[in-house]
Amino acid sequence: MAENLIKPENLVYDKTKVLTDRVLHYCPGCGHSTTHRMLAEAIDELGIQGETIGIAPVGCSVLAYYYFDVDMTEAAHGRAPAVATGIKRVLPDKYVFTYQGDGDLAAIGTAETIHACNRGENFLIVFINNGIYGMTGGQMAPTTLENMKSTTSPRGRDVKTMGSPLKISELVASLPGTYYVARHSVHTPANARKTKRAFKKALEYQKEKKGTCLIEVVSNCPSNWKMTPIESNKWMEENMFPFYSLGDIKAPK
Amino acid sequence: MAKKGDVVIQTERCKGCEICLSACPQNVLAMSDKVNSKGYRYAVKVNSACTGCTNCAVVCPDGVITVYREK
Ligand SMILES: Cc1ncc(C[n+]2csc(CCOP(=O)(O)OP(=O)(O)O)c2C)c(N)n1
Ligand code: SF4
Ligand code: SF4
Repeated sequence: MAENLIKPENLVYDKTKVLTDRVLHYCPGCGHSTTHRMLAEAIDELGIQGETIGIAPVGCSVLAYYYFDVDMTEAAHGRAPAVATGIKRVLPDKYVFTYQGDGDLAAIGTAETIHACNRGENFLIVFINNGIYGMTGGQMAPTTLENMKSTTSPRGRDVKTMGSPLKISELVASLPGTYYVARHSVHTPANARKTKRAFKKALEYQKEKKGTCLIEVVSNCPSNWKMTPIESNKWMEENMFPFYSLGDIKAPK
Repeated sequence: MAKKGDVVIQTERCKGCEICLSACPQNVLAMSDKVNSKGYRYAVKVNSACTGCTNCAVVCPDGVITVYREK
């Protein structure tokens, strides 16, 4: 008979204690969920749960404070980097992160994002790029790809009238205030592990007070893309990654 | 020989996204015919080829899977 391996001494992977036991409200297969866990595991592995403060956005991840078992607050739409600036300046030895979607960070919050990065505010910005406004039903975001359909670009994004998709990571990488900018994904085990390593690096740089770190996670939105989770990940690989290429954009030598 | 592993799936938390299935190099996982109380088909173990690599658990959005591996 096969030996029973299910005993505490054989445990190799369990949900991190930096996430609460609440059931995530995200849709099946959504990259928000996996990104939450990778960030929580990074916090766990660095042993900084008690020293970390997060700022939740407006968007599908508006309830992020229910899931991260760290001190969290909520910002008005797009204002997380401004709130983080205040918190970090008052508590400079805490680890501070914002968690923001592309509508939050790249549309209504463009000013806060760019100026926080330009000032080199010493916190981590986690940027979820799923190419649309998820929570409100799939409207066009600044990140929506050329010709990509959304509820407000039903015939596809026409760059002549709607502008070109904005590469926020490349944009902020050009500012002297940013120290580490990278783009990742969480749709495969290997990619998810890389994302966690990037979060850990960014939090370590924060300890050394190096400047703003922004980690973009190119993600799926199966519900609004109107695909199964598997189809959405394939679509993301075929359509998002050629434009939003993965890897370091600005990394210390 | 690869080490032996095993997984525990909290089927009530599973949302049936199927992302873990293709992440498993040993094809240990498949979807159930039954549904959980939320109406989702859930991931189930269909063989004992698990090596405890943790791939399925890492990529599962909902943190449904716990992994064990022989020492
Ligand atoms: C000041 C203000 N304007 C508009 C809204 C409506 N609103 C809620 S979420 C959202 C978009 C969120 O999209 P994104 O940041 O891409 O996050 P996702 O939901 O895709 O994760 C908008 C416009 C709001 N809540 N507050
Ligand atoms: S609407 Fe899209 S982004 Fe929001 S939880 Fe569902 S899949 Fe995720
Ligand atoms: S990845 Fe997780 S939620 Fe999705 S089917 Fe597998 S166990 Fe269920």
